[in-house]
Amino acid sequence: MLSRTADHLFWMSRYIERAENLARLLDVTWQMSMVPQSEDAANQNWHAIITLNSLDEAFAAKYPAVNAENVLRFMVSDADNYSSIYSCLRLARENAHAVRGTITTEMWETLNFTWLEARDKSFEQILNAGIGEFFEWVKMRSSLSRGTTLGTLLQDESYHFIRLGTLLERADNTARILDVKYHVLRPHGDEGATDFYQWGALLRSVSAFEVYRKAYRDVITPERVAELLILRNDMPRSLHFCMNGVVKNLDLIANRHSGETQRQAGLLHAQLHYARVEDILAQGLHEWLTDFMDRIYILGDGISKDFLVPLAEAA
Amino acid sequence: MGFAGGMETAEILVRASLSDESTMNFYNEMMDANGGVRAHYQRYDDWLKSTPHERIARKRAEADLAFHRVGITFAVYGEEAGKERLIPFDIVPRIIPSAEWKALQSGLRQRVKALNMFLHDIYHDQEILKAGIIPAEQVLNNAQYRPVMKGVDVPGGIYAHIAGVDVVRAGEGEFYVLEDNLRVPSGVSYMLEDRKMMMRLFPELFAKHKVAPVQHYPDLLLEKLRAVAPKGVSNPTVVVLTPGAYNSAYFEHTFLAQQMGVELVEGRDLFVKNEVVYMQTTQGPQRVDVIYRRIDDDFLDPQAFRPDSALGVPGILKAYQAGNVTLANAIGTGVADDKSIYPYVPEMIRFYLGEEPKLNNVPTYMCRKKDDLDYVLAHLPELVVKEVHGAGGYGMLVGPAATKEQIEHFRQLLLAKPDGYIAQPTLALSNCPTFVEEGIAPRHLDLRPFVLSSGDCVNMVPGGLTRVALTKGSLVVNSSQGGGTKDTWVLED
Repeated sequence: MLSRTADHLFWMSRYIERAENLARLLDVTWQMSMVPQSEDAANQNWHAIITLNSLDEAFAAKYPAVNAENVLRFMVSDADNYSSIYSCLRLARENAHAVRGTITTEMWETLNFTWLEARDKSFEQILNAGIGEFFEWVKMRSSLSRGTTLGTLLQDESYHFIRLGTLLERADNTARILDVKYHVLRPHGDEGATDFYQWGALLRSVSAFEVYRKAYRDVITPERVAELLILRNDMPRSLHFCMNGVVKNLDLIANRHSGETQRQAGLLHAQLHYARVEDILAQGLHEWLTDFMDRIYILGDGISKDFLVPLAEAA
Repeated sequence: MGFAGGMETAEILVRASLSDESTMNFYNEMMDANGGVRAHYQRYDDWLKSTPHERIARKRAEADLAFHRVGITFAVYGEEAGKERLIPFDIVPRIIPSAEWKALQSGLRQRVKALNMFLHDIYHDQEILKAGIIPAEQVLNNAQYRPVMKGVDVPGGIYAHIAGVDVVRAGEGEFYVLEDNLRVPSGVSYMLEDRKMMMRLFPELFAKHKVAPVQHYPDLLLEKLRAVAPKGVSNPTVVVLTPGAYNSAYFEHTFLAQQMGVELVEGRDLFVKNEVVYMQTTQGPQRVDVIYRRIDDDFLDPQAFRPDSALGVPGILKAYQAGNVTLANAIGTGVADDKSIYPYVPEMIRFYLGEEPKLNNVPTYMCRKKDDLDYVLAHLPELVVKEVHGAGGYGMLVGPAATKEQIEHFRQLLLAKPDGYIAQPTLALSNCPTFVEEGIAPRHLDLRPFVLSSGDCVNMVPGGLTRVALTKGSLVVNSSQGGGTKDTWVLED
């Protein structure tokens, strides 16, 4: 497969996954903000989203204050913000456009139509219709895109690059959601009703609320939430699950330059496979997640160099 | 632009008496002079009359939505980057009876064969120039003549593997060739999508008519491309080379690559080493044998042509000259579809094939000739004047529609630089019933069949792309000017 084609497929799937996870993160923050709290605390939660995406400067340049409406506007509909849902859907579609001959018609139509619809929704329209509706819509469109991929695409190299993009992005995004929310939740620590709703919202944001119930059949505790989202092998949005897929798909596309990238992926996977949540928490969850995200970044970089934009034109 | 490759040309046929547009002066594809329905449209007409308006309106809306969702669009230059428009699709087909198509097809075969022989000749022995049939300077000083092609042998002696010949009907319905597009003619994807759409919207019509199929075009094209692979390559790697996603015809590039099952590459995906072309893949470099390129000569190789081209592949000309890769179409075909060469095509046919031309040329005045220039200057209000090397409808005068100032302006241009212009009579372009806001009304149209050549074989799928001018009285069928397309039916006996 053409390196450039693989590059577009990889980023197409990353952007649609990113849009979905951003919708999840904003949704959980929105829901958490409805639980009674001080205005400061609420704005802090919104600010965490900006910081998490390293967008402090870009945000400050356009918006006078951090509050729910401004952050939502910036992260949902702002075309100047390349990390907004709007931009992610546009970039997913642009990448798909560049390889529309490689993906199936259904896949292309899904991403194209998603973008056309998103483009025509103003932020005011989104608010009026209920922003929760919009987040649901983004999640459904992403699911549809994944579904058409699974249901229609030949499972050759192109499929592996798409899966690789999806899983790498999801690993990063789940780690981010966990990091920012765990951070905010943990210091309060009291076992009140508030906490229950907050943890519940976090689990729901990664579609893990029912999973948690099923897996633990017990009250929600922060340790188990961390365990579920990091270590659980069969939970589709956990870090462990994502790394299973990353390793598997990397093996399937391996070439003669990719040994080091495969080794790094294997190492990260093994560490998740054999880790205990107590050890991770003892090390400090934030530190652990930061390290994890760094290593995901390095993996993405390695994949890029090995397959997508080969530097040497050695024939 | 809309389409590359002279999709703008039919506008020269503006029958420009716009104020007294009387459709009776034009050949109507569907109705005869007495207002009766022509035999080959009879069944369609019956169907149309018996089908409720609401159903047709619903189907038209369905077609619009489907084209949007599938993204069958074209980019418009000068508009917001990435912005795309739909090309309007009309649901009334353009129907051609079998006998008419056979005659047209035989004329197209003859014409394209002669054009390929002409191209081979001028890059080799130049017999036609020696025989004095075409003034040598007309060819050799033409900007589209590529000296780098002199003595280069191309597989099968074929230069224009894909030709998009623009044909119109005028007068009593006789066919005229307007232009031979031999560089990178486009539009074939619309021909295929229009058919797909018609079959989806109105399957019952295909049960009532024996419409010759066209959907095998990509297979035919792939077969032709494989047939012209470099010597000794038994299982050639074929690719489609596109300028990229912002090109107006990008949809078509992806479409053809997908339909043929070959890679769609950009210049940056290719590189040349030791005069061999490779593409950069996830498993390392892979050799490329045949390139169906949708990039103009000028941008193909920054080392050989425009040095500022970022679309091309450095060194590809050398690989081509060495015979290690085949380009379709060949480099240097533009000289044969140039407006200054067009008037000589009938002579080429006589010279190379010893046959009389089966298709008409539009009579053309070459203003570089004194007599022609005098005639043109005296008849400007009736004529269409075009720049010899112009494209895209720029630098053109449509006499009957022009103001006095415009005509005076052109008179000065002609006097200053007569050899830069040709002139043709304004033809009465045929028309065909078409859905417009007011209902069904006649609109002018043209036809672009796609003619494929390899070795001695010249093939085409029946019909071609029909373009229609949707504005009343207009003959501008250019897609960026609101022109639309129709499905083209060649009826089998």
